[in-house]
Amino acid sequence: MPYRIGKYTLKMEHSPSIESYASVGSKKESEGPLAAYFDLLEPDGYFGEKTWEKAESRIQREAINRALAKGNLDPSDIDYVFAGDLLNQCISSSFGLRELGIPLFGLYGACSTMAESLSLAGILVDSGAAVHCAAVTSSHFCTAERQFRFPLEYAGQRTPTSQWTVTGGGAVIVGHGQKAPYIHAITTGTVEDYGIKDANNMGAAMAPAAASTICRYFQDTGTTPEEYDLILTGDLGYVGTGLLYELTERQGYAIHKNHRDCGLLIFDREKQPDIYAGGSGCGCAASVLCGYILPQIQRGELQKVLFIATGALLSTTSCQQGETIPGIAHLVSLAHTPLEPGDDRQCQCSCHRVGGRKGG
Amino acid sequence: MDLMMYLKVFLMGGALCAIGQLLIDYTKLTPARILVSYVVTGVILGGLGIYGPLTEFAGAGATVPLTGFGWLLSKGVKEAVAEKGAMGILTGGLSATAGGIAAAIVFGFLTALLFKPRDKG
Amino acid sequence: MTPKEYESLNKQVSPNTKSWRTVPLAWLFGGIICCIGQGLGDLYRYLGLEEETSCACISVSLIFLAALLTGLGKYDNLAKYGGAGCLVPITGFSNAVASPALEFKSEGFILGLGAKMFVIAGPVIVYGTLASVVYGFIIWIFHLY
Repeated sequence: MPYRIGKYTLKMEHSPSIESYASVGSKKESEGPLAAYFDLLEPDGYFGEKTWEKAESRIQREAINRALAKGNLDPSDIDYVFAGDLLNQCISSSFGLRELGIPLFGLYGACSTMAESLSLAGILVDSGAAVHCAAVTSSHFCTAERQFRFPLEYAGQRTPTSQWTVTGGGAVIVGHGQKAPYIHAITTGTVEDYGIKDANNMGAAMAPAAASTICRYFQDTGTTPEEYDLILTGDLGYVGTGLLYELTERQGYAIHKNHRDCGLLIFDREKQPDIYAGGSGCGCAASVLCGYILPQIQRGELQKVLFIATGALLSTTSCQQGETIPGIAHLVSLAHTPLEPGDDRQCQCSCHRVGGRKGG
Repeated sequence: MDLMMYLKVFLMGGALCAIGQLLIDYTKLTPARILVSYVVTGVILGGLGIYGPLTEFAGAGATVPLTGFGWLLSKGVKEAVAEKGAMGILTGGLSATAGGIAAAIVFGFLTALLFKPRDKG
Repeated sequence: MTPKEYESLNKQVSPNTKSWRTVPLAWLFGGIICCIGQGLGDLYRYLGLEEETSCACISVSLIFLAALLTGLGKYDNLAKYGGAGCLVPITGFSNAVASPALEFKSEGFILGLGAKMFVIAGPVIVYGTLASVVYGFIIWIFHLY
């Protein structure tokens, strides 16, 4: 049963294991530095389907099916799937997972959905309510463009702070197994809004949320950035990363030494100038985590990793009505080894356990 | 072919676009807002009698940018009011620009019919 | 941190628009498109069209060319470099009509292609027409025609 430490963090009692995972990408991702790490790289953006939306559903289906196959699992072995994407009413998830017959919790956390779904899968497995849970998210450049911005052939010029939506996705299967990586803790973010209105600068809109979630995790657990091999944010890009360093520094945490951002890992800003400030989208954090990071934790090349996926909670309606862009960030603490029993460190805040009885 | 004329066309048309680019780079105006302001500016400049001489001076350099579309609207209204009176207020603008709008609809429709949206990059 | 402080921090971190590059490119692309228009006009006049008709023919030809390039997926590539140079000329208007028509065909011919065709260019016609009606009303009231 997960128990609470601090106000925002839940610690896992039995360290649920990430038993299997898979990542999917498309053409632009195949031209990037992480091309070698995807389970599937489909050069055709349509993924053999008729519409971009169908293609994105296909990404989710491919990701989860590949993760199941790699873990020698059948859809019927999965008790729940947590899934989400960027499209209205999360159609990529519901249509993509329609045929699998797994009980589905549909989520919307914008680009933070990979960490959100992984958090919930971890909680459900650790609580004993489920044996296997899946977490899957996706994004597609073309579906995101036509929903949030302009038609693909429209002659708009992108601004230097804009980010490129990753066409891809990732799926993770969480279970009780004895296989690295393990989930140690999760920190759930609050909605943070520092008044950014520019929809072409998502990194700036999301950086405050990332900073607050990261700092709260350190406060709740009493740990420091140096204890982690990698602090991995979802899709802050070039601008958001710069702002994140500044914001965390002001709270007394210097994270720049072991920080990386999925949006800056998946593309090369020098060789792929089209992407401007970096990659974005649910698929960005998901595919980098599942393709590039989880294998390194599994092999022990990375021991302790904080994964923080960040989301910009805007809609076309809120933007047109002149609203600012709130951000959210969820954190999942991952490690190569399971938590030792009684590994609780005294932290500065008033720790109290939840689940059953309240104590201490 | 009058090379001097082409120079004027290039300078005039280019300048109007460069102003648009400055608006994109330094203001929060979206492309749609910039286009709307260009057309409305064209109507106003046309109405004030400023844009007409510009089209004579720079030819396509003044008629091809969207301010030229606005100028055409104002020109159409003026002629229609002179000819038909009050009804011309309503019919003049769109009559003068009907060719362009209908062409955009027809070719836009055919484009949609014949092609398929493609991935970028 | 107040939104104002954050905004100034954001400005420090954000890469600047390279106006030394974008503005001359917009000038170049816009200038060339206008020159193509002028060239077509000269051709039509040479072929014996009247001044007014050839002017309309320029617009129609450029609209056709831009719609074709939009369909071939080339116009947005031009605009990547040309910026406002591809937006402000009548070709930009054509692209603004053709691109949503093409894009939203997947939602059907009536509510997709038909309804969304003017999702970007519609405001241009709406406010252009309104401005022309206001102007027409003024000149009609004050007998300025």
